Amino acid sequence: MTRLSSAFAKPHPALVTFITAGDGDTAANLDALVEGGADVIELGMPFTDPMADGPAIQAANIRALGAGTTTAEVLRIAREFRQRHPQVPLVLMGYANPMVRRRPEWFASAAAEAGVDGVICVDIPPEEDDALGPALRAAGIAPIRLATPTTDAARLPQVLEGSAGFLYYVSVAGITGKQQAAQASIEDAVKRFKAATDLPVAVGFGVRTPKQAAAIARVADGVIVGSALVELIGTHGKDAPEHLRELTSALSGAIRTAG
Amino acid sequence: MTEHPNSFRNQPDERGHFGAYGGRYVAETLMPLVLDLEREYRAAKADPAFQEQFDDLLEHYVGRPSPLYFAERLTEALGGAQVWFKREELNHTGAHKINNCIGQILLAIRMGKTRIIAETGAGQHGVATATVCARFGLPCTIFMGATDVARQQPNVFRMKLLGAEVVPVDSGAATLKDAMNEALRHWVANVHDTFYIIGTAAGPHPYPELVRDFQSVIGKEARAQMLERTGRLPDLLIAAVGGGSNAIGLFHPFLDDPDVAMIGVEAAGHGIDSGQHAASLTGGAPGVLHGNKTYLLQDEDGQIAEAHSISAGLDYPGIGPEHAWLYESGRVKYLPIGDDEALEAFQLCCRLEGIIPALESSHALAALPKLAGDYGRDQIILVNVSGRGDKDIFTVADKLGVTF
Repeated sequence: MTRLSSAFAKPHPALVTFITAGDGDTAANLDALVEGGADVIELGMPFTDPMADGPAIQAANIRALGAGTTTAEVLRIAREFRQRHPQVPLVLMGYANPMVRRRPEWFASAAAEAGVDGVICVDIPPEEDDALGPALRAAGIAPIRLATPTTDAARLPQVLEGSAGFLYYVSVAGITGKQQAAQASIEDAVKRFKAATDLPVAVGFGVRTPKQAAAIARVADGVIVGSALVELIGTHGKDAPEHLRELTSALSGAIRTAG
Repeated sequence: MTEHPNSFRNQPDERGHFGAYGGRYVAETLMPLVLDLEREYRAAKADPAFQEQFDDLLEHYVGRPSPLYFAERLTEALGGAQVWFKREELNHTGAHKINNCIGQILLAIRMGKTRIIAETGAGQHGVATATVCARFGLPCTIFMGATDVARQQPNVFRMKLLGAEVVPVDSGAATLKDAMNEALRHWVANVHDTFYIIGTAAGPHPYPELVRDFQSVIGKEARAQMLERTGRLPDLLIAAVGGGSNAIGLFHPFLDDPDVAMIGVEAAGHGIDSGQHAASLTGGAPGVLHGNKTYLLQDEDGQIAEAHSISAGLDYPGIGPEHAWLYESGRVKYLPIGDDEALEAFQLCCRLEGIIPALESSHALAALPKLAGDYGRDQIILVNVSGRGDKDIFTVADKLGVTF
């Protein structure tokens, strides 16, 4: 069993948490997420042009780049996280250009060496899989794909083909951290995906509160929270860890007791 | 096209790739829409009624064909080849941008979309988009960097007069790249009813192809006009390249004429070595941004650099993917021209030809003194004067130390 499949084999749905690498004291923030009960960590690779992200994560990207965060630094954060937390799955999430800049093979092997389990690339759809997918698979890293409300039945098999780890359902047609999806639409979509794949289905975009997380946990294999955590880092800076621990713990508690 | 395997005119492939460049690097939410657009574009291309409506609007609304003009005094002053202009600055709204906007709004209507969005830098594409939206009665939202809004007030007012909403974008350096990010964010949240009119031959497939096709009217006309007036083809074509739509529009119909050389002029700003330029081919490297793989200004980690040019229309850190391919294939040469050279050429064209060229087009004109002497008096250089420079007089006055 891989670290990712173990995280989704727990008796409760997985809590997947996102923060941006290099935004604040990332090591302390990541530890707080784990202590709060996060089952999977998504570490954002900062990019100058985060065109699928809303204001909260855009601001986090600007803070991280402003602090001089390089690709080497992102990989160092990942490697040290892996040393501290040998069992917690770690996924890098970001945009294509920083991932392919030094050739995809370089990125895939550097990420694998750092102990990364999966990669989510926002702007490489299945049609452009050649640009990164083969390199990730060869390095033993799961290429995690996104499905959206616009991914129809005809297109779904193509999205699933070659994807691994889990399926990330972007529950709203829009950018991160804005509106939340209607629960009924999430349930319908998850049902549709579960009929088509054995991969775990995790739901994200617009999920901010324990109550929302619990509702999603009743139907999905995982709940993804990003902007709400990233906002805490923006607001509290170096005091962020205690706030992250508190929210993560509330989300995790809600997911574990949802039934 | 299959009977010409060696043609330079059979790109892109069915995946939207021009060699290694182009493609569809977009978020999954946009993928179905981009595929829809491609299907609809293929159908429109095969529909004589669509072509007829496009041609009719270009003739009676835009004022095409634009003239082909022999620049006699400039030719004399340069003392080499005959210099001819393709006069795109005489189009309605003062530039080539309108050709593409007409084509795309007809596609939007055909697809049943009811709202239009666009990005703009200097405001030329914003004005052209607002113009066609007014003409067809569709609501229009233009995303424009807050920095550009502040320095391009006349165009902001023009767009508003034409009924468009102008949304200032504060992220990043608040210029064209950031406006494009924000337009993509808005599009992703409104895919059901919104059509995005991209202003240059870049972005996800099929945009680079369809923008090229709509702009190819420039080269088709020029080719026929040149044959009619002189009985021969030009020896050299020159056009400025930002995203590259006016250049690809002129070049594409000539690509399989082996005796026609082509030069795309990139904006070298304060010089390639200064790091303050917009020359993606000369000073950049391949990467992925805004839906396509192409040459980009970026650092070693793939973070995108800010571009600089005196010409707001060339001030973008990328270039259309077909240019990236033509550059690597060697079919088209690309030459960097700096702010100061463009400013010189701007003034020379004003004084010798009585034509105030856009600063974008001034970059193309600035290549002439370097090249005209290499050609004989019986040879022909054709320059695309892609836009008029009335919009640039404040920038030029400022550079020349003139205050109003």
